[in-house]
Amino acid sequence: MIDNFLLLFDYPVLSADLALNGLLIGAVFVLAAFGMALVWGVLNIINIVQGEFVMLGGFVALMAAEAGLPVLLGIPIAALALFILGWGLYRLVIFRVIDRDLFVSVLATFGLSIVLQQLSNELFGADVRTLEAGLGTLLLFDGAVALAQIKVLAFFLALGLGLLLWLFLKYSRLGQAIRATAQNPRAASILGIDTDRVYAATYALNAALCGAAGALVVMAWAIHPYIGLPYTVRSFLIVIVAGVGNIGAVVAAGLGLGAFENVAGFIFGTEYQIALVFLLMVAVLVWRNLRLQRKRMYLK
Amino acid sequence: MSRSAARYAAIGGAGLLVLAAPFLAPAFVTQFTFLWLMIVFALTWDLMGGQLGYNSFGNILFFGIGAYACAVFQRDSGLGYYEALALGAALGGVLAAAAAAFLGLGILGLRGHYFAIGTLGLGIAAGEIAGGWDYVGAGSGMTVPLFPGALELRSLFFYFTLAALALATFLTLRWLYGTRFGLALNAVRDDEDKAEAMGLYTARLKTAAWSLSAFFLGISGALAGNLIGFIDPRDVAFAGATYGVWMVLMAILGGKGTLWGPVIGAAVFHITQEIFWTYLLGWQRVALGLLIVAIVVFFPQGILGTLREKFPGRFGSKAEVQ
Amino acid sequence: MSLLLDVKGVTKRFGGVVANDAVSLSVREGEIAGLIGPNGSGKTTLFSSIVGAHPIDAGAILYEGRDISSLRISEIARRGLTRTYQQTRIYGQMPVIDNMRISAPDVKEGILPLFRRAGRASEARARDLLSFVGLYEKRDLLAGSLSFGQQKLLEFAMALMSEPKMLLLDEPTAGINPTLINGLIDRLKRANKEFGVTLFVIEHNMRVIMNLADRITCLAHGQVLASGTPDEVREDPRVLDAYLGAQ
Repeated sequence: MIDNFLLLFDYPVLSADLALNGLLIGAVFVLAAFGMALVWGVLNIINIVQGEFVMLGGFVALMAAEAGLPVLLGIPIAALALFILGWGLYRLVIFRVIDRDLFVSVLATFGLSIVLQQLSNELFGADVRTLEAGLGTLLLFDGAVALAQIKVLAFFLALGLGLLLWLFLKYSRLGQAIRATAQNPRAASILGIDTDRVYAATYALNAALCGAAGALVVMAWAIHPYIGLPYTVRSFLIVIVAGVGNIGAVVAAGLGLGAFENVAGFIFGTEYQIALVFLLMVAVLVWRNLRLQRKRMYLK
Repeated sequence: MSRSAARYAAIGGAGLLVLAAPFLAPAFVTQFTFLWLMIVFALTWDLMGGQLGYNSFGNILFFGIGAYACAVFQRDSGLGYYEALALGAALGGVLAAAAAAFLGLGILGLRGHYFAIGTLGLGIAAGEIAGGWDYVGAGSGMTVPLFPGALELRSLFFYFTLAALALATFLTLRWLYGTRFGLALNAVRDDEDKAEAMGLYTARLKTAAWSLSAFFLGISGALAGNLIGFIDPRDVAFAGATYGVWMVLMAILGGKGTLWGPVIGAAVFHITQEIFWTYLLGWQRVALGLLIVAIVVFFPQGILGTLREKFPGRFGSKAEVQ
Repeated sequence: MSLLLDVKGVTKRFGGVVANDAVSLSVREGEIAGLIGPNGSGKTTLFSSIVGAHPIDAGAILYEGRDISSLRISEIARRGLTRTYQQTRIYGQMPVIDNMRISAPDVKEGILPLFRRAGRASEARARDLLSFVGLYEKRDLLAGSLSFGQQKLLEFAMALMSEPKMLLLDEPTAGINPTLINGLIDRLKRANKEFGVTLFVIEHNMRVIMNLADRITCLAHGQVLASGTPDEVREDPRVLDAYLGAQ
């Protein structure tokens, strides 16, 4: 462990390699976190099924490619499929838990996440799967840093999608309705906004976003039925660090988390990488809460 | 027959049934043994979730700590089977309680869903750490020493130890809920700010409750590890997706915040599971997820909660009697 | 009479809004003090500052001669300074009598006393106080099923049960059936006389506060406008201005 840590200083290029590769996957975390912040802010729900949307998006892209479609077309297809799934889940389950205790929504979406995870396990098998996009590798610093081009593409596509979402929320009619509902659902519904539709659209939009992220994950990295929960926890972690409404902070926190995970995973061993993410989340929660307690408050 | 005589008769009858069950239905001893384990799960979860209002998704952590602590003690102590198991189980309980007290310093300050998600994170992190730690066998887990006796004796041994643990847990909680400590737990659940403003030591209260819950869970982990004979980091010790969720589910199903609710919930859930699960083959976990959603969304009051609402007079609550 | 509570130049800001601006006032031991002022004048904020619900930005709050402005709400409660809330707070899922039992003074000593059986005297006191506020018949109902006014009375009884030296009451008559208000005034006075509890009362109902308080302080826009006997405050032109100007 210490050896690995020292290695990072002896070979700064190695540090750069780890950090850069981490930043790249961080962009995918940003996408999923955007979605979680959106649902949290508008529906007041903590969506534990978030990571399963990412995982399913990956499997949809995989199936599309296996059906002979161009690999990159898998991204919009995954988004569309997940949009429909999100809408359906909203109509079946989510709308029933919106006004209830937050614990109910956490537990209900946790149940949904088990359903989707186990369904995928039965349907697709538990193997680790990946999708070859057929792009080469980018070599930097005389070949000391190797970046798969698909990862770089995924990075920019993820940030591009995030930007698209931001523009959508800012300028489209539906986006404005979503923001109005987030601020004050009662006032919004008095002003003629169909809040139920807004909720459904928001939830479906979030699922689509995660679906696109999942398609990027399967192309640039790998997926299996059990990657969901870590993605949920990462999204949650990013949102509690950055806040629900602060886009710049979400991007910074997401990219930072990606780099942190990769470097920390190298130092402590990759078998502890997931544990580190979960412990980091616990530590951030506790730390933020302790700071508030000094002001005689607590996290709400 | 007077009421108290009827009560003693009922208790005596139930006691006899518990003692006789493994001999009356020897084919089901293992199922009965797991039922006792489930009852411990549901009771200890409800102490936090139902009585204190702190919905933990990570209580499985303490089960796993108990399982590993006991197995390591059995491996390294060099004592005979029974001595090592007894001391190891005690060690498991104490370590789990200590872990709860330590983690509680930070985690118990979190409220509502933050506590739920924080504990979820702890439970999963523990499984991941155990899965990478060579001292406890890393990903391949640990085996426990062989039981020094015939198979039937082994089944009976674990049946009775787990029955005793479930009974001890039940009686401890029954006593606890009758004291003002129990009232204080409920006060924190109903309005923690108010409880603080009334001068209650809420932090110590929460820590004490979590440690007690963890103590029984730790012992149950030690016994369950030996009952199963093999400790896998993610599928036995820190099995968040099965035991970890079942705890919550059974307590809610039976009725949160009641003494008998978790017991009833555990029994109903376990019997349903044993009857139906075998027909579902690989799909039982999908069914479990659906069950969670259905219970949480449509049946949050649980069995006892619903009965209490329908027949307030008969189930202790006098909400409608003027 | 000695000063029990001495608020010295307390300032509390929420973002850019100054809710309390250098507020100074004092309450003597054994008296009933009143706090009045138009809506939004910072009365409830001052109460929250005194009992430690949030930190203050400047000033000092002396209780029994000691600065308590950095203590936590529970520590302040254990010194015998308690409040009731404008939107009442009781333990809704517990029976009324259990709300009383868990408010007994010895719960402020630690968690070990919680395992002791409550003494017969404590049980009798819980019943007496419930009778005192007229809720004895409802003792086995869930507290959450009571009407708003009854919950308010229960909260008052719980506060008395905890044997405070000083009790801050935030609008005790708001939401109470007008026919019961005279009875409530009478009970507040008796609590003050018989149990020796110093009271500090926020009240909107002028008739009530003039009748009840020994001395009154009037806040407006977060500042102390006037203070003195009920008659002095009632005659003060600035107080009249604040009320008429605000409405």
